[in-house]
Amino acid sequence: MSQESIRGAKIPRHEMPCQEPQERIRNFKEVALGYTAEMAHDEATRCLQCKKPLCRGGCPVDIPIPEFIHEVVLGNIDEASRIIHSASSLPAVCGRVCPQEKQCEGRCILGKKGQPVAIGRLERYVADHASDEEVPAITRTGHRVACIGSGPSSVTCAGYLARLGVDVTVFEGLHEAGGVLIYGIPAFRLPKDVVAHELDNLRAMNVDIRLNYVGGRTVTPQGLLAEGYDAVFIGVGAGLPHFLNVPGENCNGVFSANEYLTRVNLGRAHSFPDYDTPVARGKHVTVFGAGNVAMDAARTALRLGAETVHIVYRRTRAEMPARGEEIEHALEEGVQLLELSAPVRFIVGEDSRVQGVELQRMELGEPDASGRRRPRPIEGQNFTLETDLAIVALGTRPNPLLISSTPDLALNEKGYIKVDENGETSIPNVYAGGDIVTGAATVILAMGAGRRAAQSIARRMGLEQ
Amino acid sequence: MPTKILHKEKLIPGRTSKLVLDAPQIASTAKPGHFVILRVDEHGERFPLTIADTDPVNGTISIVYLVLGRSTQLLEELEEGQEILDVCGPLGRATVIEKFPAPKKVICVGGGTGVAAMHHIAKGHHNAGNYVIACIGARNKDLLLFHKELSLFCDEVLVSTDDGSFGQKGIVTDLVRARLDSEGENIAEVVGVGPVPMMQAVAELTRGYGVKTTVSLNSLMVDGLGMCGACRVTVGGEMKFTCVDGPEFDGHLVDFAELRSRLASFRAEEKIEAENHRCHCFEKKEG
Repeated sequence: MSQESIRGAKIPRHEMPCQEPQERIRNFKEVALGYTAEMAHDEATRCLQCKKPLCRGGCPVDIPIPEFIHEVVLGNIDEASRIIHSASSLPAVCGRVCPQEKQCEGRCILGKKGQPVAIGRLERYVADHASDEEVPAITRTGHRVACIGSGPSSVTCAGYLARLGVDVTVFEGLHEAGGVLIYGIPAFRLPKDVVAHELDNLRAMNVDIRLNYVGGRTVTPQGLLAEGYDAVFIGVGAGLPHFLNVPGENCNGVFSANEYLTRVNLGRAHSFPDYDTPVARGKHVTVFGAGNVAMDAARTALRLGAETVHIVYRRTRAEMPARGEEIEHALEEGVQLLELSAPVRFIVGEDSRVQGVELQRMELGEPDASGRRRPRPIEGQNFTLETDLAIVALGTRPNPLLISSTPDLALNEKGYIKVDENGETSIPNVYAGGDIVTGAATVILAMGAGRRAAQSIARRMGLEQ
Repeated sequence: MPTKILHKEKLIPGRTSKLVLDAPQIASTAKPGHFVILRVDEHGERFPLTIADTDPVNGTISIVYLVLGRSTQLLEELEEGQEILDVCGPLGRATVIEKFPAPKKVICVGGGTGVAAMHHIAKGHHNAGNYVIACIGARNKDLLLFHKELSLFCDEVLVSTDDGSFGQKGIVTDLVRARLDSEGENIAEVVGVGPVPMMQAVAELTRGYGVKTTVSLNSLMVDGLGMCGACRVTVGGEMKFTCVDGPEFDGHLVDFAELRSRLASFRAEEKIEAENHRCHCFEKKEG
């Protein structure tokens, strides 16, 4: 342990510089501005350089965390980047959207008594400040792989194999590549140029990204194998949203978060009418759900001019699955959290538009299977919340298009694609990963799945041990 | 992928055109009932159009549209040889085409540009060996679509116009009612594609006769890939999604009132768009 590290452990964790709440709710620019060189250095010195680093065990892709942080202390940002890249393909993305408090930082020994090292912020600093990686000299092997979808799992799989000289084609159903990083996560949390940069890196390695190719329709796994691809990776992501299943839900002004965010992020509805895709702009917005998507929807509504935004959740803040920083940012921006409340029905005007929502008070009972205390209704305490725009963010079901067109694919009991430990499906040489296998999860888990599948494909091709 | 317009036919000048698109990948798998999602230019909105015809040999699909809002206006400004920025498909479920042996017959009803989508479904029934009676209606003779195309293969083509300028004077449901009365149980299925009031009227009519009725819904969509839930409809009391469960449903089970109200979700925004026309005229002159 260096002298500098011992000193560092005593200094407090460095706060992330952010746009001021009152300023940022009027724009879609990134909220978190990133560490300065000095902050990154000083924060890196807080790392104790544990011999048996617990943080690494919390990382789904096993990034050598103390090693990269050590290079930040020394100012070797390019070397730090190389170390991260040995395990992760999208550090600029993961540094911004990983739930670090549940992963690496949640295990950091400094967190036992105080504040953990800001590993995510350091990862982002390295990704943003390292020189562009030189495109490796690639010797083409003649092997061909198709990736269906262009979200985190697919682009990770594509990038890994392209480096090994495989000719990779990525088929994306939408008109823009990037999957959930483009249509789902708003620019104020993940700027679009960060995603564009990652996709440019793929193209520089001769990955052919084809837009408007719908997995299960324009192309199918079997069709691609028959066309001469040696393997196919399926990373088609999430599907149809869950709804609340309460009366009035199909009236005008009630949207799924998927629709609301896709209109704004993919359709650029924030710039309507310069862009043609419209989005409802509510004055009094109510969001149902408590995950990252709910936070994204609520904060987007503020930026589109809402006067009040409520997040309605049937449990309490302690049980909210969203990333801690997103909840904090949402509250700082003026989003109001209505805990222990559940919707009973929407109140619909004669014009078929939503006017309000009737809510029921809840209390927490015994823990359920997920370990969270089960909410139960308190009778006779219903109340009404004025609402002219309601957004339902309760998660999603498996994407139906590819699955329904590929009946040979074995599915699990929840309807997601079944894979073995290498990510291979019941169809030989067809792999899958990301939300279509796990259900709604994180970018880093999807990335890890893409990487595992790529490694298995590479082994089978004899390109790796 | 940018998709070239090989042929443009102005069916009703300024209002409705047919485009033949160079789309071999889509043409090779598209079946009756399928639709495509289009986006005309970089600032454009995604919107669905049902495929009116396919030619897998030449790798083309045909689409027909009514100029109604910003997106179809932009589409109408494109000419032969130009490209539509994004076309993706084929989407939705293909029409379930049952084979009905004689003397059973199928009635295919079309209104407005829905006649074009109906044309593809009618062709599917014809190719399956079914006896097809096409019923098409318009306000007057000049607004009648696809009469010639349907006449090429349908066993009968019945026409109604509101003003009596062609075919029978009246509305298209009158034609259907007459055939249901005269044919009795020989009518095995009625397919209706057109404006919501027309489809609803057809479904209400056939309900009384107990005839299986299929309608093709034109819900609003964003991705069209089974992701956003914008196109949800209530069918038989259950939530269904037009993009992946449809677009065709049992007409007797569809909640048409809800569909009509959801189609009007963005009426106010559509007005704003109409006042902010984005013109391609200059690009064309330069290009």
